[in-house]
Formats: sequence, structure tokens, C-alpha cells
Amino acid sequence: MLQIRCPWCGDREETEFRYGGQAHVDYPRDPAALDDRAWGEYLFVRDNPKGEFAERWVHTAGCRRWFTTVRDTATNQMRAELPSARKPVM
Amino acid sequence: MVTSRHALPDPPARLWRNPEPKRSYDVVIVGAGGHGLATAYYLARNHGIRDIAVLERGWLAGGNMARNTTIIRSNYLLDASAALYDHALQLWEQLPDELEYDFLLSQRGVLNLAHTEQEVRDSRRRAFANELNGVDAEWVTPDEIAEICPILNTSADLRYPVLGATLQRRAGIAKHDHVAWALARKSDEMGVDLIQECEVTGFLTEGDRVTGVQTTAGPIAAGRVGLAAAGRTSLLTDTLGIRLPLQSHPLQALVSELLEPVHPCVVMSNHVHVYCSQAHKGELVLGAGVDSYNGYAHRGSVHVIENQLAAAVELFPIFARAHVVRTWAGTVDVTPDASPIIGPTPYENLFVNCGWGTGGFKATPGAGWVFAHTIATGEPHPLNAPYGMERFTTGALVDEHGAAAVAH
Ligand SMILES: Cc1cc2nc3c(=O)[nH]c(=O)nc-3n(C[C@H](O)[C@H](O)[C@H](O)COP(=O)(O)OP(=O)(O)OC[C@H]3O[C@@H](n4cnc5c(N)ncnc54)[C@H](O)[C@@H]3O)c2cc1C
Ligand SMILES: [Zn+2]
Repeated sequence: MLQIRCPWCGDREETEFRYGGQAHVDYPRDPAALDDRAWGEYLFVRDNPKGEFAERWVHTAGCRRWFTTVRDTATNQMRAELPSARKPVM
Repeated sequence: MVTSRHALPDPPARLWRNPEPKRSYDVVIVGAGGHGLATAYYLARNHGIRDIAVLERGWLAGGNMARNTTIIRSNYLLDASAALYDHALQLWEQLPDELEYDFLLSQRGVLNLAHTEQEVRDSRRRAFANELNGVDAEWVTPDEIAEICPILNTSADLRYPVLGATLQRRAGIAKHDHVAWALARKSDEMGVDLIQECEVTGFLTEGDRVTGVQTTAGPIAAGRVGLAAAGRTSLLTDTLGIRLPLQSHPLQALVSELLEPVHPCVVMSNHVHVYCSQAHKGELVLGAGVDSYNGYAHRGSVHVIENQLAAAVELFPIFARAHVVRTWAGTVDVTPDASPIIGPTPYENLFVNCGWGTGGFKATPGAGWVFAHTIATGEPHPLNAPYGMERFTTGALVDEHGAAAVAH
């Protein structure tokens, strides 16, 4: 089982969390401007790397807050993401 | 539906050559799992293409083909799925003779349990849809279930009582390793080069064509390339800038010690989330759903195992005294609609067969048949026409999530 560090509650067992998939997938600024291909990509396609992956977790059985971590999908090593890694929404 | 303990057939001494790769092939298949092997087999058998290499990074059929729980069934809800999976089941029924190899296909029947009123309605709807599509399906009551599978707890005092089930009598299990070896032997006999420990690391391209693959054994030129790399498919397509809607997850399973035959069929429960059969040798084989997170580590989290054991003991009280001997995980490539992606790509001579997720073993011969057709003709077979990657742009999904939540 993964041990996950909630930024507010500290290290907790995976069963206290729900997974949210890839981080930094913003709702399109102007959805109507997207063609079918771009909209399909937004809806259905996410990165699937072997290696470091910025991802979302929510501490459902604790503080119920969402946060982002970076996990290596080959080793399950996790580290907190630095706030500066957040790409600003254009 | 009676099981008895079977001695496994002794594998023949030598099943395939271990050739050095040539510098060039008409067709290169990436991945020697069940699907890659079946594709090579049908390319040679149905399309007369013999100059084929199947490149495998590890050992032959050591990926999900070695790790799955071997459930075969075709009782899917949607027309496109019923057609695809039942075609596969019909091929299964003729393959032992055709491959001259008894891989212990056992059509012992699969019960899909319903535990809530809504599940009863959904299950009956699926059984009716199956009948309309010519797929054998029956609705059975708790009393009938008790006769088919006496060890199942059908009493009313379960937390989630069994209210009924669908039964597909033609469904069952087979010996996965032997299936792979049977396909490998026949493909090899027809001239296919099966090359182990040869990882594809990228592609050689010219404009919108691939001209070959880059491998750990050097470059290999190819007229056409077919990907059958399961959980690692998107690592390859990423190098070409093709973004596929795949997420690779750990999927775990487990076995007990060898027991006398107690479990005559296959039982699946979406609601309490476990499925179980008893293998020919005698071990109970259990599985459930994927671990929630993406991962290539070939391991999952132990609470996923605990949850399915709790569900199994509730449904089968006599399992309380069995032991878990082994757990393991594969890496399965899951799509947003729980259906596979089989078809062409933006590169005119590159084709993909992926996204089978938690349930592609049952499709092994069918996937090979339609993928071979797609590679040989450049066009999808009618059975895989609905399964192209363009459905994620058009929105014409083949959404089997509701119908097949425990999708194996
Ligand atoms: C625990 C578990 C239980 C399952 N239970 C069932 C079930 O009961 N019923 C069912 O229908 N399905 C089941 N499945 C799903 C099923 O196993 C898969 O859908 C199916 O095996 C996928 O096709 P395959 O056999 O070709 O995959 P694999 O056997 O995974 O084949 C892919 C091959 O490609 C190779 N490869 C990958 N990348 C490269 C590269 N770059 N170069 C060279 N080679 C490469 C891999 O090493 C691997 O051998 C289960 C899966 C798991 C993990
Ligand atoms: Zn918290």
C-alpha cells in the first residue's frame, strides 16, 4: 500500500485517499473555440508516462482537500511538488 | 458442469526456434503476448504473409498473458462488443483442434451475480441483449444458482444477498500459457520469427510512414508494423507524437493452495467486487479491479487484495480456511470506454491493437484475427471498424463500463 503525504495531515495510508489522475489539466478557457479533436483530447487523453508523473490525490478520509504530488510510476517513489511547478493558466 | 482435477498436458520438447532477427521483415509485430502471437498466426494462416517477426522485450508471453485469470466469455451488452467477443469465443471453440494442442479450454459456464434490484434489471437487460445478438445467455434464480454452484452462499442473510445471475454456459477458462505456446508453435512452423529479449525502443520514419523499428538488437526494417504491447503501448506511440487515450494500471490477482475440486464454474460479482474460478490443478484463482493509480511497477496495493478476499469469503464461506499462496500484478492499458482500440494510426503502415485493459485474454484469437486483417489490408475488419481511435474525436464510444465493470 502506498504511504501518501497529505500536505496538511502528514503521512497517511493510501486507503484514506482517492486518486485524481494527471495534475494540471485545466478546463479550457474557451471551450467553444475547441475543434472536435482538441475537445476529445481534453476529455479523454491524459499523459501515461513511465517515470515521474504529477498527479492529484484527495484526502477523503481526512481533511478532504485536494493536492498534487509527483510519483514515479515505475517505483512508486513520491515527493511533494514544488509550488513553482504549477503552470499558470494562460 | 462437473470439474475434475486434470493432469496438464506435457509441453512438447521444443515449440519454436530462437532465431537471430533478420535486418528486414514484411511485418513486424511488437509484443509476443497472446495478441501478438495470434496476430502473427492469422497473418500467416489467413493472409499468406510469412515474413513476420514478433519482437518481445522479455520472454514469450511473460506479460499479461502469463498473469491473467483466464476467464473467457462473450456476454457483453453492446452490439459491437457482442460481435467482437463472440467471434473470439467461436474461434476458441475450434482452436484446440486447429492448433493440435489441448490447452484445456473448459466451457464450465460463467455466473455474473446480481445483488441489487438495479443490478437485476441491468443483468436481465444484458441477457436479453445477448439473446438478440445470438450470444447464449440465461437468467437464473438463487435456487438454480444453488444447484449450479452449491458452495455459493445464496441465503438471504448475506449483506448483499444473491438475487439472481446471468449464466453463459459457453463461457469458461483455458490454460493461458499453453494457449500462447500453441499459437507460437504453429506460427513458428509457418515461418514466423519469434524473437525474445528484443525491446523496441523507437521507430524509424520517413514522412508519414514508419520504415522500421529501433530495438535493443539494432534497427529492423519493416513494411508494416503492428503494436500489441498492452500496458506499454503509449510509451511507444508517445515517441511518434500519437497521443492515445490509455492509462496503464496495476491489475492484481491471487491463488490459493491446491484444493480438491469444490468450485464447478466461474463466479463474478461486480457489486461485492470479486471473481473466482478453480484452476485445473486445483488452486482457487481470484481477482477484482485495477489499482486506482497509474503504474508500471508490476505490483499493486495490499488492501485491494484484502477487499476481494473479504468479498470472496462472504460469497463462499468454505474459502475461509483456504490460504493465499501467491499474489501478482500485470500492467493493463485502460481506455475511457473500457473497450479496445484496434485500427490504423496517422502513420499509414503503423497499426495499433491496445486498450484491452482488464479483459483481453478472452479476445486473444479474435483480436489476432481482426488485427491481422487490419495489418494485411490496411483497413479494419468489419468487427473492429467501431474500435478505431477516431471514436474519441467523434464521440462514438463503445461504452462497456456499465455492462462489464469487473471486465475480465
Ligand atoms: C491479473 C490479471 C488478470 C486478468 N484476467 C483476465 C481474465 O480473466 N480474462 C480476460 O479476458 N483478460 C484478463 N486480463 C487481461 C489480459 O491479460 C490482457 O488484456 C491481455 O493479456 C492483453 O493482450 P496480450 O496477451 O497481448 O498482452 P501481454 O501478454 O501483456 O503482451 C504484451 C507484450 O508486449 C511486450 N512489449 C511491451 N513493450 C514492448 C517493447 N517496447 N518491445 C518489445 N516488446 C514489448 C510485453 O513484454 C508483453 O509480453 C487480466 C490481466 C491481469 C493483469
Ligand atoms: Zn489531509
